[in-house]
Amino acid sequence: MNHLLLIAYLDLKESIRANWFIIYSLVFGGLIALFFIAGITESQVMGFSGLSRLLLMYIQVTIVILPIFILITTVRSISGDRDSHILEYMLSFPISLQQYYWGKVFGRFITVFLPVFMAMIVAVVYGIFQGAEVPWGVLFLYTGLLFSMSSAFLGIAFFISSLVKSSEMALGIAFFVWIVLLAFIDIALIGLMLQNRMSEGLIIAIALLNPMEVFRVAAISLFDPELTVIGPVAFYILDLFSQGIFVLLSILYPIIIGIVFAWAGYRIFSRNDLV
Amino acid sequence: MIVLNRLSKIFGKTRSLDDVSITLHRGDAIALMGANGAGKTTLVRLILGYYHPSSGTVRIEGRDPIKERMNILDQVSFVPQLPPPIKLSLKELMTYICKSSGVDEARIVHYANEMKLDIAPNLHKSFFKLSGGMKQKLLIAISLAKESRIMIYDEPTANLDPKARDDFYRLLRENEQDKLALFVTHRIEEVASLVNRKIYMDLGKVVSDEIC
Repeated sequence: MNHLLLIAYLDLKESIRANWFIIYSLVFGGLIALFFIAGITESQVMGFSGLSRLLLMYIQVTIVILPIFILITTVRSISGDRDSHILEYMLSFPISLQQYYWGKVFGRFITVFLPVFMAMIVAVVYGIFQGAEVPWGVLFLYTGLLFSMSSAFLGIAFFISSLVKSSEMALGIAFFVWIVLLAFIDIALIGLMLQNRMSEGLIIAIALLNPMEVFRVAAISLFDPELTVIGPVAFYILDLFSQGIFVLLSILYPIIIGIVFAWAGYRIFSRNDLV
Repeated sequence: MIVLNRLSKIFGKTRSLDDVSITLHRGDAIALMGANGAGKTTLVRLILGYYHPSSGTVRIEGRDPIKERMNILDQVSFVPQLPPPIKLSLKELMTYICKSSGVDEARIVHYANEMKLDIAPNLHKSFFKLSGGMKQKLLIAISLAKESRIMIYDEPTANLDPKARDDFYRLLRENEQDKLALFVTHRIEEVASLVNRKIYMDLGKVVSDEIC
């Protein structure tokens, strides 16, 4: 356990000094600043105003950029160290592979989650000083959704990182996974719906297996519990689950995905050639 | 004692190590030589437990270096040919080594001083920002401070100036008693005074094993 925390601590320190982390933090911090400068909290669109509107905007942006940021920064964690022979040296010391791997996962999770979370907290603090009403319930659940989406993509990234021997290939696969989950599944499903008149239930089930889609719908439901903005699909979802159960599942499901992929990554890491 | 029994390692269609059987005893100081692609690095990585053998076995003091890697690596010091671009500061790297291996930090500083490397002014500098020679000196200092029974050096003097090489050889002579030292090298003249055994490899096989 001590070694796990040591690895996590060292990975965290190394990441915080890295250029990618500075850019990553600036992007999320900058977004929040930009929203305030643009006066989003003062505007009102479709009934959303104040901090709720800001959080809604923040969700739209995080759906697109958070997964790709996590994937491209994390996917080189193991494969990059392998490429540069860092792994060869660091693992020449008596540290268990289990503690090394999970220490890296733990350290990297803090690195990727903290800037996103802190940016939101800064927004809330600033909003309070501006006299805006804080939607605490939404904020709490949205934090849960961010946590679970970060877990899912971190797990997927560690899986790719363990599976692929070269960091270049790992980056390519990470980008492919991101574009598939972001757009390709939707496009393919729309195509299937139009061409084959497949069962709506099946199509919606496939869509909701995508953690990015789950995050998107659950986040929207925080602001719009009837899910009116997503159209008729809302009937299927809300008939099947209540809004509360749906949000809860939307938090649990990506966490399970993250754990399963991270665990599969560990099995590959520990059972194959290390370098 | 390291026992390699009918050890082979195949990558795809390439047989990097081909049915190698050798025994390395405590007290041996071995020069492991051969052309590029001879299988030297593969052999070292199998000993360190990084690779799973395609066939055959590796036993260190009777133990499997993959299944009992922590017990084995506790007894092994390793210095790679090229210092890796570790982004940790010297202080952080030493913390990692001291906590994972139970090495006394003062001993690293002692051997670094013996290698004419002043750690104090560089303590918070990233390891990868040091010069090639400084990195190699630190890795050598760490390997000696670890007080391992098995020492593996892969071209350890590649980045060192003649004075630093002399310091390294002197420290090795002072520390190699009752240990097993394995030097992977292309230049036998550099380690000739240190070794009592020379193993030549070619195309994944041991082609000669001389006691000197």
